[in-house]
Amino acid sequence: MLLYALRRLIYLIPVAFGVSLLVFALVHLAPGDPISAIVPSDAPKELVDKLKEYYGFDKPLPVQYGRWLLVTLSGDFGTSIGTGRPVLQEVGSAFGNTIILAIGACLVAFSLAIVLGTAAAYAKSRIVDRLVTSIALVGVSVPHFWLAIVLVIVFSVELGWLPPMGLGPENATGWRLDWPHIKHMILPTIALSVIPLGVMTRTVRSTVKEILSMEFVTALHAKGMNDRQILLHVLKNAAPTCLAVMGLQAGNLIGGSILIETVFAWPGTGFLLNNAIFRRDLPILQGTTLVLAFFFMMLNLTVDVIQTFVDPRIKRG
Amino acid sequence: MAIQSPSLDLGGGAGVRATPAAQVRGYWQQVGRRLRRDPVTLVCAVVLLLIVASALAAPWLGFADPYKTSMIRRLYPVGSPNHLLGTDELGRDMLSRLIHGGRLSLFMGVTPVVCALLIGGLLGITAGFMGGRVNMLIMRIMDVFYAFPSVLLAISLSGAMGAGAENTLLSLTLVFIPPICRVSESVTTQVRGFDFVEAARASGAGTLAIVRVHVLGNVLGPILVYATSLISVAIILAAGLSFLGLGVKPPEPEWGLMLNTLRQAIYVNPLLAALPGVMIFLTSICFNLMSDGLRAAMDVKA
Repeated sequence: MLLYALRRLIYLIPVAFGVSLLVFALVHLAPGDPISAIVPSDAPKELVDKLKEYYGFDKPLPVQYGRWLLVTLSGDFGTSIGTGRPVLQEVGSAFGNTIILAIGACLVAFSLAIVLGTAAAYAKSRIVDRLVTSIALVGVSVPHFWLAIVLVIVFSVELGWLPPMGLGPENATGWRLDWPHIKHMILPTIALSVIPLGVMTRTVRSTVKEILSMEFVTALHAKGMNDRQILLHVLKNAAPTCLAVMGLQAGNLIGGSILIETVFAWPGTGFLLNNAIFRRDLPILQGTTLVLAFFFMMLNLTVDVIQTFVDPRIKRG
Repeated sequence: MAIQSPSLDLGGGAGVRATPAAQVRGYWQQVGRRLRRDPVTLVCAVVLLLIVASALAAPWLGFADPYKTSMIRRLYPVGSPNHLLGTDELGRDMLSRLIHGGRLSLFMGVTPVVCALLIGGLLGITAGFMGGRVNMLIMRIMDVFYAFPSVLLAISLSGAMGAGAENTLLSLTLVFIPPICRVSESVTTQVRGFDFVEAARASGAGTLAIVRVHVLGNVLGPILVYATSLISVAIILAAGLSFLGLGVKPPEPEWGLMLNTLRQAIYVNPLLAALPGVMIFLTSICFNLMSDGLRAAMDVKA
């Protein structure tokens, strides 16, 4: 298994190289040059040139890329054009906040999806199946940023039960595990969990259903095994497929939290990215995208390895 | 579909099957018959048709001017006389803006998928049919795009290129090419391995003829079904980009953008602020159900 993990890791190197190229290209997709975003348009030309030299924008593109890659690999992601703080520091603290929200949403979505999906696959009555399928359909179809607004309207504006935005009570620094902070988490977590809930419920339902129709289940019944033990077998067989989708969903949730974070002013990577875009703070845009893409790659790698661990029949590549 | 041949058979996505030609004659008739018997799909088709038709015909249906602002008629509630669905934060008629909004919102959702279908499908079928190094090259490039969560990729690209409808279309197309390419590649690789392709080659058919008749005929169905399932995602994503201020620019009526500008009104007129989202939701759910219906009717496995 270690060998497999290693092989996958080596395979990732060219992909990571491509990713870095794409992230580097982001800056040059931008109209105008990155310097014009921070200096007033009537700034003296010498100052602009000096800044260009300072940030290295005066060199030819391949040289810029090489320099950027080397510097980035050494752990220096540059400084934010907007705040002047190191990019890694900004991204790091935001990333923690995003992860907190993502873990909450994953827990809610995946546990509910497993229960609902399995129930629907097992259901003798069509009503249960229909109900679960409808929930899943709503989950994959609802614009989650709209749901976020609706949640704010209902629970913050109309009922006044939960706070409409922010990480925690005012003048609190950082996230802590206490009730006021959890209260701020509830609405964003729900809004963020609908898409993975819908996708996972569909996946669990169809996978479990397929496995239930396999012969080994009949054999287990014939052997006299009780339903609970059989369920265990079924779930174990469904796990690899479901794990793969879970990995993708978790990654998408972290990468896609920007809309929800914007609605709730949750200071995570999405919020940071959004601000960076409107301030034209390209180092932050680059840094955040790179960190998130890297995290996503590692997450998929981990899921791949866990999959082979759960089900040794899978030997890919 | 232009391909007419006795071997036309659109088998399952994961398990494309080869069926003897005799059974296959009426494949599209069969699909049509199944679709006509599916009430859910029919209802969705009608609803979508209504939305599309009213959006297209909006300028001639006698609605109020969607751009006409009024300082004294701002944020009228739903059900006001003369303004059936109220007015927005600048006093513009909501009903008119919602109907007109369909033009851009649908266009921004459907176009990237169609473009990605053409490009990604072509790349995927090429990779699958050629195999070997070509396959390696194309699929490894796609892997790079796969290393990004799709929403992040769309937002980073749009963010870097700047706001605007063209940039949104471009970045969404880029986001949807890799998944379509991957599905096309796997389906084509499967079909290429079937005996009838070998038989056609042995009987002297040229590469072009094999691709046109045997490969395309068998892979287009699953690829199309997959692409239709992406439309609802694309509509939500496009609206999301506009919601962030990265897509369509004001004062154009567009559902995502309307949702954004009406956010400030949630304390004054919450129902009104939620309306554009209802349209996005309705369209996306209809596209999803249609895609499910099409998948079932065409007997394509997920």
